[in-house]
Amino acid sequence: MIRIEGLSHAIGGSPILHDIDLTLPEGGVTALIGPNGAGKSTLLSLIARLQKIQAGRITVGGQEVGRTSDRDLARTLAVMAQSTHVSARLSVADLVSFGRYPWHRGRPGAIDRDHVEQALTRFDLLALRHRFLDEISGGQRQRAFVAMAYAQDTPYLLLDEPLNNLDIAAARDLMGLVRDMADRDGRTVVIVLHDINYATGFADRLVVLKDGRIAAQGQPAQIVTEALLRDVFGTSATVETLQGRPYVVV
Amino acid sequence: MPRRLIALALLLALSAAAYILIDLKGPVAFILPYRLTKLAALMLVGVAIAVATVLFQTITGNRILTPSLMGFDALYVFVLTALVHTLGSVGFSALSPGVLFALNLTAMTALGLVLFGVLMRLARGDMVRLVLTGIVIGLLIRAITEFLQRLIDPNEFQTVQSLSFARFTQIDGVLLAVSAVAVIVGTGLAWHLRHRLDVLSLGQEAATGLGEPPASLHRLALLTICLLVAAATSLAGPLSSGGFGPASFFGLIVTAFAHMVTPTHRHAILLPCAALIGGIILIGGQLVMERLLDLATPLTVVIELIGGAVFLYLLLKRRAA
Ligand SMILES: Nc1ncnc2c1ncn2[C@@H]1O[C@H](COP(=O)(O)OP(=O)(O)O)[C@@H](O)[C@H]1O
Ligand SMILES: [Mg+2]
Repeated sequence: MIRIEGLSHAIGGSPILHDIDLTLPEGGVTALIGPNGAGKSTLLSLIARLQKIQAGRITVGGQEVGRTSDRDLARTLAVMAQSTHVSARLSVADLVSFGRYPWHRGRPGAIDRDHVEQALTRFDLLALRHRFLDEISGGQRQRAFVAMAYAQDTPYLLLDEPLNNLDIAAARDLMGLVRDMADRDGRTVVIVLHDINYATGFADRLVVLKDGRIAAQGQPAQIVTEALLRDVFGTSATVETLQGRPYVVV
Repeated sequence: MPRRLIALALLLALSAAAYILIDLKGPVAFILPYRLTKLAALMLVGVAIAVATVLFQTITGNRILTPSLMGFDALYVFVLTALVHTLGSVGFSALSPGVLFALNLTAMTALGLVLFGVLMRLARGDMVRLVLTGIVIGLLIRAITEFLQRLIDPNEFQTVQSLSFARFTQIDGVLLAVSAVAVIVGTGLAWHLRHRLDVLSLGQEAATGLGEPPASLHRLALLTICLLVAAATSLAGPLSSGGFGPASFFGLIVTAFAHMVTPTHRHAILLPCAALIGGIILIGGQLVMERLLDLATPLTVVIELIGGAVFLYLLLKRRAA
């Protein structure tokens, strides 16, 4: 369970998040949606202690962020940030291997190698394992980063817009894999998505953020309505329901 | 890649042996200790600068800026000048090499931490800004040092001059020992950090996500860098002042070669590779200039020439990021 209490955050004097209370249950996929600049990345990076918490409290699986040692938290929670900048020239296999670092601290053993092989297989990266990150497509790159987070083998997984710049096939594949991590491995996934239809199509729960406040949360069918699109996203679009899930007609 | 390290180690051993043995005639009992001392000093300086440069480039995430380009070695002259300025040349001469070294190291580390903080803040993750800011800071340190030197009495200025032009020809045994200890400790620290440094290549956020927040690692690495640069500088004179030591581009050449010989992000390979190359360039270069070509041109000049070319090359081929 991820529990957020009274979380507020400001950058350079301007408030970004306002007194957020939010509880995300164990398991399943929660999608964080909202207009650009709503504070989704900020919220995610506070949960993942990529930024220091200014006010409020966050616990992940009972461990308080900011009080738990970095090493212990890295075995509880894996994060893929929105911008991934790698300064060294790494191969796909090198990158995925880094996911095991919290467990071996530089001295990988047989278990770690197993996990890496499994991640490469599952994310269909075996054929690319020796290619460098600057030699593969954007979709393959995103997949490699998610595979690294997967190899970290943590009960909680936070992904910030992993579908950025992906074509429809790559995006659907990746969402299928994310779904699978929740269903087969029982991991708790929190994912920021900017396309509402991917959120309604793949997530169990949605949390809608607007101007640093939670505008709505619940199952996609309950909250994705034409009123929400108008009030939160400022656009008047039609919502149709297909197989029990709402989709925005764009 | 371990095979390449072995090849480098052999090459280093070969140049060291050649440096000692070629033209070994005349009063051997006098020449041999002299050559051994010089060899040890070259080796220490080569390793120290190589390791410091690798660390610095890892924590700043760039392959162009080096501690020397940023004027870390100029800090040494600055501290010396400030000491002479406050103590006077008489009081200054009363300091033992050990005390002087400790003072210098403390001051350099403190100033280095401040400068690094300023650099990282001003650069804000932009490589070009990082390099430019670093070079401007270096120029600034040198300018302030020169200004201080103008302020002090000409006699005392002489003291600073003779110290900052320290050469391998007049190496103090105590200084050599102190520097050796500092270089061994610094290299050991770097080796101890090797796995943690690997993680930094993933960038700030991913490193934090893996349980390795960069801030504390940056401080440790910086301390190591200051220790190594201080040791090398106090032994061979500030690298850029025309002393016998390597030039400001030396570290840049070393890491550029190291990345060519062993293209890897792993510091377990990169650190020994750079250290070996540092030794080879200084000892081999000295061998060629002194014994084979019989040239009076200091090695520094050659290193600056090659280094300048490497610098331009790296800057131009830099992929648009
Ligand atoms: N480093 C920063 N400096 C100043 N403002 C920032 C910074 N990072 C984010 N912001 C501001 O915080 C708000 C929320 O940003 P973010 O969490 O990235 O939104 P989202 O991910 O929902 O698009 C935006 O208005 C953005 O301009
Ligand atoms: Mg964002």
